[in-house]
Amino acid sequence: MRVAVCVKQIPDPASPYDLDPDTHFVVRPTDQVLDDTDRYGVEMGLQLAEQTEGTVTLVSMGPSGNLQGIRQALAMGADKAVIIDDGTLQGSDSLATAGILAAAIQREGFDLVIAGTESTDGYAGILPQQLAEFLGVPALTFAKKVSVEGDTVRIERQTQTGYDEVEAPVPALVSVTAGVVEPRYPTFKGIMQAKSKPVETLTAGDLGVEVTTKQKIIAIRPAPERASGELIEDDGEAHLKIVALLEQAKVI
Amino acid sequence: MAKTWVFVEETEEGPATVGLELLTKARGFGGELAAVFLGNGSEENLAALGAHGASKVFHMTPSDALPTAAAAAALADLAGSHSPDLILFGLTYTGRDVAGRLSARIGKTILSNATDIAMEGGMVTVTNEILGGMTLVDAIFENDPPYLVIARPKSFPAEPSGGGAPEIETVSLPDVGHAGSAIVTASHTEHLEGPKLEDAAIVVAAGRGIGTEEGFAVIEELASKLGAATAATRAIVDAGWVAYSKQVGQTGKTVKPDVYIAAGVSGAMQHLVGMKDSKVIIAINKDEEAPIFGVSDLGVVGDLHKVLPKLIEALGNR
Ligand SMILES: Cc1cc2nc3c(=O)[nH]c(=O)nc-3n(C[C@H](O)[C@H](O)[C@H](O)COP(=O)(O)OP(=O)(O)OC[C@H]3O[C@@H](n4cnc5c(N)ncnc54)[C@H](O)[C@@H]3O)c2cc1C
Ligand SMILES: Nc1ncnc2c1ncn2[C@@H]1O[C@H](COP(=O)(O)O)[C@@H](O)[C@H]1O
Repeated sequence: MRVAVCVKQIPDPASPYDLDPDTHFVVRPTDQVLDDTDRYGVEMGLQLAEQTEGTVTLVSMGPSGNLQGIRQALAMGADKAVIIDDGTLQGSDSLATAGILAAAIQREGFDLVIAGTESTDGYAGILPQQLAEFLGVPALTFAKKVSVEGDTVRIERQTQTGYDEVEAPVPALVSVTAGVVEPRYPTFKGIMQAKSKPVETLTAGDLGVEVTTKQKIIAIRPAPERASGELIEDDGEAHLKIVALLEQAKVI
Repeated sequence: MAKTWVFVEETEEGPATVGLELLTKARGFGGELAAVFLGNGSEENLAALGAHGASKVFHMTPSDALPTAAAAAALADLAGSHSPDLILFGLTYTGRDVAGRLSARIGKTILSNATDIAMEGGMVTVTNEILGGMTLVDAIFENDPPYLVIARPKSFPAEPSGGGAPEIETVSLPDVGHAGSAIVTASHTEHLEGPKLEDAAIVVAAGRGIGTEEGFAVIEELASKLGAATAATRAIVDAGWVAYSKQVGQTGKTVKPDVYIAAGVSGAMQHLVGMKDSKVIIAINKDEEAPIFGVSDLGVVGDLHKVLPKLIEALGNR
């Protein structure tokens, strides 16, 4: 099975990020990490590829920087990476990104596409569905469990009150929630091998896709602040303060 | 005159609450207001949509297929023939699936995670929150209508307007071929005790500070004393200690109870967006630097395993 996994490199969430005051785009450092939520997709892809003697191709759009995040995923075991990176793509919305990724994935060929349910930095959470529509395949979304049997993909799809079992024939797209699998850590051997794995860099033009983003940020402003209240050290009597506040709120 | 549509799917309790919230909000835009309803067209369901302001309902009945690809195709056709200005979706699983597919089908961008929507003279501005709700971002569309917006639940109140029975137009779901070939083979409902998290007046939430899966027992005990719903951070949901349906935050539920008690919760940005609009927030955390204290009305720096048992006892004596 040919598995394409959509991965995004993002600025390290542990360090504060900056927005360009003019364009309102995130200022991207050269050092970017693999979006933590995409580690689950990579792991899922690797497991399914191992099981079906298939391959895993990473597909990523965005400033590639020093490829640190992509190397992380290659070191986990992915076979190759395709990166779409050119100056015109900065600030792309989900729809434009999905169009680009669809073209790149189609060019590679695929049986299964895996994406995260939402990215850590953008979290629009709609790209997988847009991508599935462009590819003309069913979208098995919000999967908390995935299995493949022959040409059928089965998932447990998160619902508001539990989960549904959903299945579809390949080619298909699956979006995976965090926690779907336990992502492996790259081994030393994996890290060494990642250095010589193929990484192809394309522009939108190479794919014959024209990108236009149709939304624009017009203002960024602080939210009205919530006044923070009292902070007390528990001296063994703190529970009484809580009781008093519950009474004041008229809930007990 | 603006023409607004609200996509609403059926849930176990009738039309999804977020759909009713969006209808309520959209009434304020003036003009025509219609609901696109995916579910059982019972009189009750349709009446609820009418009562919240929909004068017309486009009604789709799902089959055993995952309805999203077909619903998006049907909606694309409807939008083509009726030219709505604005189509609103709730941030639910089905809402996101239908909105995403529709967007790609008709080539219109989506503004997602909206917490506010303003319409002025046909200009639509959509606000969302970043950095745990500390910063607001206003954005506009640069394509022609329909403008597609996905809004977070609980961003607006749901209030009936006393509207009468809506006009119904039945819409059949088209065959979309391979894209529509996902089938639902079984449904499982997690049985949860106590009040529903989204509606509870009091919520007691646990984070990794409870230490172990067994640590959740004290949270449940406190909740049952208070008639509260229990909730959790993603950290302990991912650890498998608590069901996902209890997760509060960016990728979980949004709650606005009268009182939110957070025990052993650090207060990560992604958790705060789901609960920071609660009326009263009480936090118990060992670490006085924990960000949760930044939004708390009462912060207790202490060990939850000491404070909560005493609190339960004190409540029991009342
Ligand atoms: C894309 C994305 C989406 C996310 N969505 C969500 C979401 O929807 N909801 C969500 O909650 N998180 C979400 N997260 C995860 C979030 O970033 C945090 O990792 C998570 O909220 C932390 O959970 P926690 O507070 O339980 O754990 P921790 O951050 O580990 O905090 C545990 C706290 O317990 C305190 N503690 C320890 N022992 C005790 C004790 N005995 N008594 C009192 N206090 C104690 C510690 O001081 C600490 O502050 C998301 C992350 C990403 C990247
Ligand atoms: N620029 C990108 N390149 C590759 N995959 C992406 C990109 N943006 C989003 N994705 C995928 O789509 C998922 C949802 O992202 P988002 O719509 O940004 O919340 C992510 O978890 C990724 O798997």
